[in-house]
Amino acid sequence: MSSHAWEKKPVLLLILATVTILVGTIFTMVLPFAWVNTEHDRIETVSPYSPLEQAGRDLYIREGCNNCHTQTVRPLVAEVLRYGDYSKSGEFIYDRPHLWGSRRTGPDLARLGGKYPDEWHYQHMVAPTSMIPKSNMPAYGFLNDNLIDPDAVKKAMDVLGFPYSSNDIAQLEGKTEMDAMVAYLQKLGTGIPWRKAAEVEIIGELVNPFPKEPTAIAAGELLYAENCAACHGEELEGQIGPELDQDVYSDDELFELIYVGVTDAGMPSFASLGSTKVWQIVNFINYRETP
Amino acid sequence: METVNYNYAIVRSFITWSIIWGVVTVLVGVLISFQLVLPELNFAPYLTYGRLRPIHTNAGIFGWGIGSFFALFYYMVQRLCRTSLWSDGLAKFQLWFFNATIITAAVTLLLGYTTSKEYHELEWPVDIMVVILWVAFAINIIMTIVKRREPQMYVSLWFMLASLVGVAILYLVNAAEVPVSLFKSYSAYAGTNDANVQWWFGHNAVAMVLTAPPLAVFYYFLPKATGAPIYSHRLSIVAFWSLIFMYLWTGAHHLLWTPVPDWVQTLAMAFSVMLIAPSWGSVFNGYLTMNGQWHQMRENYLVKFLILGITFYGLQTLQGPLQAVRSFSSFIHYTEWVPGHVHMGAMGWVSLVLFAAIYYLVPKIYGRELYSIPLANLHFWLVLVGQLIYSISLWVAGLQQAGMWHAMNNDGSLTYTFMEAFVEMYPYWWMRGVGGLIYLVGILVFIVNLIKTAQGGKPAPEAIQNA
Ligand code: HEC
Ligand code: HEC
Ligand code: HEM
Ligand code: HEM
Repeated sequence: MSSHAWEKKPVLLLILATVTILVGTIFTMVLPFAWVNTEHDRIETVSPYSPLEQAGRDLYIREGCNNCHTQTVRPLVAEVLRYGDYSKSGEFIYDRPHLWGSRRTGPDLARLGGKYPDEWHYQHMVAPTSMIPKSNMPAYGFLNDNLIDPDAVKKAMDVLGFPYSSNDIAQLEGKTEMDAMVAYLQKLGTGIPWRKAAEVEIIGELVNPFPKEPTAIAAGELLYAENCAACHGEELEGQIGPELDQDVYSDDELFELIYVGVTDAGMPSFASLGSTKVWQIVNFINYRETP
Repeated sequence: METVNYNYAIVRSFITWSIIWGVVTVLVGVLISFQLVLPELNFAPYLTYGRLRPIHTNAGIFGWGIGSFFALFYYMVQRLCRTSLWSDGLAKFQLWFFNATIITAAVTLLLGYTTSKEYHELEWPVDIMVVILWVAFAINIIMTIVKRREPQMYVSLWFMLASLVGVAILYLVNAAEVPVSLFKSYSAYAGTNDANVQWWFGHNAVAMVLTAPPLAVFYYFLPKATGAPIYSHRLSIVAFWSLIFMYLWTGAHHLLWTPVPDWVQTLAMAFSVMLIAPSWGSVFNGYLTMNGQWHQMRENYLVKFLILGITFYGLQTLQGPLQAVRSFSSFIHYTEWVPGHVHMGAMGWVSLVLFAAIYYLVPKIYGRELYSIPLANLHFWLVLVGQLIYSISLWVAGLQQAGMWHAMNNDGSLTYTFMEAFVEMYPYWWMRGVGGLIYLVGILVFIVNLIKTAQGGKPAPEAIQNA
């Protein structure tokens, strides 16, 4: 059998293999550096992490949250509806390392900032199933027991080259790991003002399509338990959000509040449920049998 | 003919340890799969899913995978070069250092020292240990090849050499980081660049660890087990060079629809589809080697492991390119489908080939014949059924999940909330857990068989021990 020189010369084989491996490497790994994180990618409103937020980010890495959560919204219709505006390269220039993840056992977190009030996160992190009964997210209550170390955070900020003041560092004194985590979570995806831009506007007149219908009320009850009870209480008695058992809103006011949300006050928009489901919830809140 | 003093002791030690790390992989795999259905099995802070999953993947790839490759490369390189190892002392150091590295890796990951990068979670001091380990290994293999007494290098040696340089380049580039303290560092790259470098690494870890080395093993042990030479030398050449050329272009298929530049994604997609050809080159080479030998599927348990292994490789390399197509990726990316793909490769392809090679070596490293072939057959069926339950249930789960994530109502709203799709996964996760337990029983049968062999199997004839 005839054979090639490289089949007899290990060093030659090593060199040829290295060159072969480097071709694709140069094209798809080295060259993109000329495209990415350049002026073209820049977004004015994106800012580096504050010391508290960076400390939270390091905890997110330590706990391996990225094994269940992604941090990139793809430009796909359903995905933008579910999570918010799709991710832009310039939003990640301060992320070392990136935390895009590869599995969505839990929901994407790229646009989490501002979705919930802080209080929601404090309760959810300690006991996820208390808010979302079917969740399988581990409980992270121990983060409340540990204080963060301002010196270590200062060193990290220096290595990353992020700006901070001595006052920022002094303020870390007494902050818990949980405080840092929540601060980080509230920062996610807020580098661009997408929430205002995405705010739904209701056009035209609102008419309750199935006023007081028992089937709609029953469906609304289930939807309420799943989507609202964590914040407004199982009996609408109020918790993180205000009580809803006072029947102060007309049907269309209520629809608008739920559909649009009060996004800067911690009441999420539920437009993604669709108008049918929101009307069912309205019917439940306004026409349920009260004991 | 002059006899060579082959060093089989080192092969046996590496096999023992790789099996121990394999058991750890599977035990932790079963634990995390039950944590997903019973979250109260998370014991904070150390034993939570987020910290255990990387221990599972690292133990699988580095402990069981690379540990076995150390053993099998040391065996193959001596036989193919008809010479003893270049340095027995260095190999011994490497064995010791390998275990030290894996233990350090497991402990640091439990403590939460991690870079977060998939398959490269280890922090910089452990990275340095990995590099030392790899350099020691590479020197020993290369020097043994240099002093060989067989002019021609067999296919398996090409794949070995390629993975030696491949892993070195990938690991070093992706490890670039700035230390802040002993166990904390920040990546040298930021955001989109960091993601692109990471998945150039990640996908080629699949190429250089979960493809090239098991192919080296396959090309060596299939002819040994069947007595038939590999069908085509020319096909081996074409498949080898085109495989190591094309793989490196495909990393961004893990990043389709993300902010990575479009042209990088498109190249990744195109090369992934082309990768079917070199992958199936090896599959055909395996199948055609069996021409006239297919009766061995019935008579020779080793052939069953090897042929099922290469079959899963073939399926894996059709499914992979499909996942790399933008439209399909938009659907299944991030879903349960992906662990289904991963484990067909890990539990099917890689592990089946490793089991076959280890069984083949039994008479040589223990000096005894295998204690029980029926037990080996039982092992085969248990791991096969366990893996099929695992993969199939998750493929169905992934499709359903993807369907629910994308379903829309007529008014343009989403049909299902995240949690509505999420709760549908529980039955599949239970099934996966059951599949994992069956696989675990299979592994235990394997180990019992090996222990019985070492303790009191029939002595193997001299001829087989030294052949
Ligand atoms: C085992 C997988 C798993 C791990 C690990 C995990 N999560 Fe979750 N997470 C979930 C699931 C499932 C949900 C959805 C149900 C819920 O809200 O509890 C969720 C929801 C969330 C939410 C609410 C998102 C939203 O838009 O409603 C936040 C915030 C969150 N997780 C943060 C974290 C953080 C921070 C960590 C790490 C400390 C973490 N998770 C670790 C599975 C996980
Ligand atoms: C993350 C917690 C959270 C969830 C989930 C939530 N809300 Fe709210 N909700 C709030 C908060 C906080 C406010 C107070 C907003 C403000 O101060 O204006 C609020 C306000 C409201 C109001 C106005 C009440 C008032 O007296 O001002 C209504 C009505 C309402 N929510 C209904 C709902 C319904 C229906 C759902 C489920 C579909 C829901 N909310 C889910 C937090 C939440
Ligand atoms: C032609 C060959 C292959 C191609 C083109 C390919 C393609 C892909 C793609 C596109 C993904 C990403 C899926 C997603 O997240 O959407 C993936 C994931 C993966 N594949 Fe393959 N695959 C191939 C062969 C293999 C083989 C042989 C193995 C061996 C075990 C393997 C192991 C993996 C692993 C471990 C992941 C998961 C990575 C992660 O997200 O953490 N693949 N593959
Ligand atoms: C009984 C056997 C096994 C069980 C029960 C099991 C279980 C699991 C589970 C639950 C996950 C997490 C999946 C998720 O993200 O949702 C996982 C991931 C993974 N496992 Fe296993 N595993 C087993 C065997 C193995 C083996 C033998 C290997 C390697 C040789 C391996 C390699 C991996 C890899 C690479 C991933 C990451 C997959 C990804 O990123 O999608 N597993 N495994």
